[in-house]
Amino acid sequence: MRPVAIIGIGKTPFGAFPDRDLRSLAVEAGEKALHNAQVRPEQIESFYLGNFAGPSFAGQNHLAPYVSTALGIQGVPSTRIEAACASSGSAFFHGWAEVAAGINDIVMVVGVEKMTSQPTARVSEILAEAGDCAGEMKAGSTFASLFAMIARRHMYDYGTKKEHLAAVAVKNHANGALNPDAHMRKPITLEQAMKGKPIADPLNIYDCSLISDGAAAVILAPLERAHEFTQKPIRVLGISQASDYVALDQKADITTFPAVRRAAEKAYQMAGVSPEDIEFAEIHDCFTIAEIIAIEDLGFVKKGEGGPFSFEGNTARTGKLPVNTSGGLKSKGHPVGATGVAQLCDLALQIRCEAGERQIPRHSLGLAQNLGGSGATCVVSILGAA
Amino acid sequence: MRSGIVYTETVIHSAPEAFAAEAPYQTAIISLDGGGRVTVRIEGDRVGIGDKGVEVEARNGVPFFRRAG
Repeated sequence: MRPVAIIGIGKTPFGAFPDRDLRSLAVEAGEKALHNAQVRPEQIESFYLGNFAGPSFAGQNHLAPYVSTALGIQGVPSTRIEAACASSGSAFFHGWAEVAAGINDIVMVVGVEKMTSQPTARVSEILAEAGDCAGEMKAGSTFASLFAMIARRHMYDYGTKKEHLAAVAVKNHANGALNPDAHMRKPITLEQAMKGKPIADPLNIYDCSLISDGAAAVILAPLERAHEFTQKPIRVLGISQASDYVALDQKADITTFPAVRRAAEKAYQMAGVSPEDIEFAEIHDCFTIAEIIAIEDLGFVKKGEGGPFSFEGNTARTGKLPVNTSGGLKSKGHPVGATGVAQLCDLALQIRCEAGERQIPRHSLGLAQNLGGSGATCVVSILGAA
Repeated sequence: MRSGIVYTETVIHSAPEAFAAEAPYQTAIISLDGGGRVTVRIEGDRVGIGDKGVEVEARNGVPFFRRAG
């Protein structure tokens, strides 16, 4: 297996863009990555597209060549990967594997979702298809309600408080306010976050990530060739994908995600690092409780201590483990198929010292955790300066 | 009819289109006395973790439970 590097990154702003379609967003991100890596489209040897529900949101299938040909990428393998909200994390894992295995050298991975063309109630229905449609979803569940049930049990087992959840939202909004590409650049107070419109108890509107349009792209190459393209290559030190039950009621303990633990364990092992070595992280905060559980499952804190750890400010930009300096899914936005690759772009910006106002001082080793559904897929990636 | 203990629950205020007219409503995961878990709708009084629930009926394949006792 050869070492692999990210040689170029590109992303669109995240937001609600009525004038943009799925393909134009994906092409914008891809072209930015090509420009960033100084790579021409004809040099791309394989193309992966992470996308959850283009056929439902945009009425178009066969999306990978639909996008890659519009980027001027012709004739090469062009593959779409679907893994709910972990679609582009998974696409990145497969692109990485192809380069690591020596099958191809220059591989592009794009993640995209165009969500705001549908009304919110229809968006909820499309997202619900990532759950168990014959069981939990048929009973009237939504993804917010599944994570609400997770939060309830976490509160019951570990004493996690509503204030702990709210503190995650406040912190991510504070970070997103400094990110020019974020969907919602608006700081909020703890009082506001505590009193939002109820969605599924104990979660309110401030506990939930956004419905967004957007795309993100990276270009991969063997580490030994990275300097042909860039002065600032980013090394993929460790990566793993893991899986678990789709239905929440099949899991023995819903306050932990076995797929996160397993992916993390293998990624740490590959990178030769432990959780305490990680300097900052982009975490899949689809709901505030998801960030709290992720920092536990990733080994940053002991089980049950994620709430107080967050509330005490340890995950702020100035804390001991900055989490979601981009604003996270909560404030940056969550175009579901774009999120996994966008997290990697955000790690890369910090590692390259290009994160502007939100730049943190310790930024050489970062971890991204991308979650699909209520934990059925997880991809963990560890990136560092090459 | 099946019975069990409430493992977790939530009250849904923002429902998918097909359930919007019923909101707010409660869903729960029940740890069944016979083993295994099932996601159900709660009828009648709200339930909390640890409460005992009994199945009332199934509507369109969805089990409805109610607080026991």
